[in-house]
Amino acid sequence: MPSAAGCDDNQRSRQKERDVFSGVIVPEKPDRNAIEVRGVSKRFGIGENAFKALDNVSVTIRENEFFTLLGPSGCGKTTLLRLIAGFDFPTEGQIMLHGQDIAPLPPFKRPVNTVFQSYALFPHMTVGQNIGFGLEMLGKPKAEVKARVDQMLRLVRMEALKDRRTSQISGGQQQRVALARALAPSPKVLLLDEPLSALDYKLRKEMQSELKRLQTETGITFIFVTHDQEEALTMSDRIAVMSAGKILQVGAPWEIYDRPADRFVADFIGETNFLPGTLGAIENGRTTVTLSSGAMLPATLAEGYVPNGPATIVVRPEHARAIREGGDLRGQVENIVYFGTDTHIHVRLDDRNLFTVRQQNSRSRDCGFVVGDAVGVAIAPDGAQVLKD
Amino acid sequence: MSAASEAETRFEREDTRRRWLLSTPALLIILVAAVGPLLVVLLYSFLAPGSYGDVRWQFSSDAWFNVFLERDIFDDTLAPAWAHLSIFWRSMKLAFITTLLTLVFGFPTAYFIATRDERTREIWLFLITIPFWTNLLIRTFALQEVIRQEGLLNTLLLKLGLISQPIPMLFTDFAIGLGMTYVYLPLMVLPLYASMERIDFRIVEAGYDLYASRFGVLRRIIVPLVKPGIIAGSILVFIPSLGAYVTPRVLGGGKSMMLGNLIELQFGQGRNWPLGAALSIALMAIVMIALLFYVRNASRGGPTHG
Ligand SMILES: Nc1ncnc2c1ncn2[C@@H]1O[C@H](COP(=O)(O)OP(=O)(O)OP(=O)(O)O)[C@@H](O)[C@H]1O
Ligand SMILES: [Mg+2]
Repeated sequence: MPSAAGCDDNQRSRQKERDVFSGVIVPEKPDRNAIEVRGVSKRFGIGENAFKALDNVSVTIRENEFFTLLGPSGCGKTTLLRLIAGFDFPTEGQIMLHGQDIAPLPPFKRPVNTVFQSYALFPHMTVGQNIGFGLEMLGKPKAEVKARVDQMLRLVRMEALKDRRTSQISGGQQQRVALARALAPSPKVLLLDEPLSALDYKLRKEMQSELKRLQTETGITFIFVTHDQEEALTMSDRIAVMSAGKILQVGAPWEIYDRPADRFVADFIGETNFLPGTLGAIENGRTTVTLSSGAMLPATLAEGYVPNGPATIVVRPEHARAIREGGDLRGQVENIVYFGTDTHIHVRLDDRNLFTVRQQNSRSRDCGFVVGDAVGVAIAPDGAQVLKD
Repeated sequence: MSAASEAETRFEREDTRRRWLLSTPALLIILVAAVGPLLVVLLYSFLAPGSYGDVRWQFSSDAWFNVFLERDIFDDTLAPAWAHLSIFWRSMKLAFITTLLTLVFGFPTAYFIATRDERTREIWLFLITIPFWTNLLIRTFALQEVIRQEGLLNTLLLKLGLISQPIPMLFTDFAIGLGMTYVYLPLMVLPLYASMERIDFRIVEAGYDLYASRFGVLRRIIVPLVKPGIIAGSILVFIPSLGAYVTPRVLGGGKSMMLGNLIELQFGQGRNWPLGAALSIALMAIVMIALLFYVRNASRGGPTHG
C-alpha cells in the first residue's frame, strides 16, 4: 500500500510497467483488494468419504500486502493456495482477483505464480531454463528473458549454478530456483508455499529480508505459507491463523500475538500459560480476574467476547517474573532451561498447573534459582488476557 | 596410493567380476541362440542353392548379387532388381507408418493410464497385455472376421443405416495398417507408460502456473521427459514390423508382398536358401542403420530443448 499520497504516481507507473511485463489481462482500474475469498469450501471425495479440507473460508487480501497463512500441518494451507492458483476448484464459494471472479480462468491465464512446496522444478531443464520458462511462455524476446534470468539468479545467489541440471543441486538451492522461477514473470500475486523451509538458519534469515524487500519494492502481493511462527510474526503485514480447514483469526502480528481470539491461536503462536480464573465486573472491555491463589489481576477481554462464569486467562511467559517472596501465584521451580538470550523457568504452581516464566539473561548467567526452590510468580500489569474458549 | 583408495579399487574390481559372473548365463544364451544362428545365416548367404532347398557346400556370391541386381533372361544385361527393391521400400514404409500410428494412438493411451490412481493403473495395464495371451495368427484371423465384406463392422454399419453398401476393407492397405497398429500397440504403450509413470505430475501444474498452455506443457515438458519411452517404443515397433509377415499376408491377402513374405518364399516354394539368407542379412542391416540414425538424432536433440 502506498504510505503517502505523494508516491501514488510512482506507484501507478510501476503498476503499468508490471502489467505490460506479465502480459496478462488485468482489469483497468485495480481494486484495493487483491484477492477476495468468499465463503470457500473444498471437499475431497464424495459421499461418506468426503473430507472437508476447507470449511467456509472467507478472507480478503489487500494489494501489495504480505499476507501469511499460518497453521499446523494438514489444516488446508496448500489447498487454499491451489484454489487461488487454479489447480483445483472450490466446492462452494468464490474467489475474486481484483474484483473479478477468476473461476473461468485456467491457471495459465491467471497473473498468479506459485512457489511450490515440493519445488516442482522441471528436471529436464537447467537452472537458468527453469527460471526463464514463464517469460518464454509469455513470448518475451530472448534478450529480455536472458537479462531477467540473470537478475533473478543474482537475487537468489545462484549465478554460478545457472547451467546445472536441477537434479544436481541441493534441496535449499532447488528451493531458491523455485522462488526465482515464480518471481521472474513479475506476477500480480505470488503464492509461496513454505518457500524457505529447506534453508539453513542464516540463509533463511537473509532470504526473509530479501523477500520482504522485494515485496515492498515490486508491489507484488505475497500470500505466504509457513509453519514457522517467528517467520510469520517478523515478515507479515497480516496473518491468518488456520486450523482444520477454518480461519480462526486474521490480524496484524501484534494482534495475533497479544490478542489471540481463542485458545488454539494463543497456544499455536508463541508460548502461553493458561490459568483458570473467575471474572469480576466488566467495564470497557476490561475486568478483574481472581486467580485460584486468590490474587486479583486486571485483564483485557478478547474482542466481542461476552463471558459468563469461570474463564481462562492467558499470560505470555515474558509478561511474568519469578521472585523469591510474594507474587500473584506461588509454586516450586521444576525445571530451568537455558536459551542463550533468555532462560525459561518452569514453575509447578500450588494448584498443580505448570507455568513458564521467561527471563532475560544477564552477564552473570545465573537466574538466581535452582530446581526445587520455592518461588513466586509476579504477573505484569496488563499481562493477562481473558480468553474466548 | 593411499590405503583407502587401494581398498576402493579392490572393491571395484571385485564388483565388476561379480557382475560378469551374474550375467554369464544370459550371455551364453545370447551366444548360442542368437549369434550362432546369425553366423549360420551369414554363411548360407555365401553358398549355392541346393535343388530341393537346403544348400550346396560351395562358395557363391550369386545370392547377394540377386538381392540387388537382376540379369535379363534374354539378353543377359544387368538391371537393378526392382522387384526386390520395391519390396524393401514397401516394407520400410509400412514399418514407418506402423510406428507413427502406434505412437499417435499409444501416447494418449499411456498418458491416460499414467494419470490414473495406482489401483486403476494396474487394471488398465493388465487390459493392455491381454492380447498377448492369444496367438498372433488367431488374433489376426479374428480381425479378418471383423472387417471382411459380411463381417461384424460392415453388418453393424449397414444395420445402423450409415452405409448402403458394405465397405471393402479386407485385403486393402487400410486392413494392413489397422492390423499392424493393433498388433504392435502394446509394444508402444508399455515403454511410453514406463517413462510417463516416473513423471511427477506436479511439474505439469508448474507448467500451467508459468503460463504454458496445454500444448505448451505437452511440447516443452511432457514430450521431452517421455523421450526415452518414445525412442524405446519406436524401436520395439519398427524392428518387428519391418519383418512382419503374418499380418500383411492374412489381412493384405498377400497382394502386396513384404520383406518377411519374400524371405519366407525363398526358404519355401522358392527353394533358394542362400537368397533368403542374404535378404535376411540385408533386412538386419537396414534395421541397424535405421536405428543408428534414429538414436543418434534423438539423443542429439537431447531431453533438453533447443
Ligand atoms: N487431493 C486430495 N485428496 C484428498 N485429501 C486431500 C487432498 N489434498 C489434500 N487433502 C487433505 O486436505 C487436508 C489439507 O491439506 P493441505 O495440503 O492443504 O495441508 P497443509 O495445510 O498445506 O499442510 P502442510 O503444512 O503439511 O503442507 C489434509 O488433511 C489433506 O490430507
Ligand atoms: Mg502444504
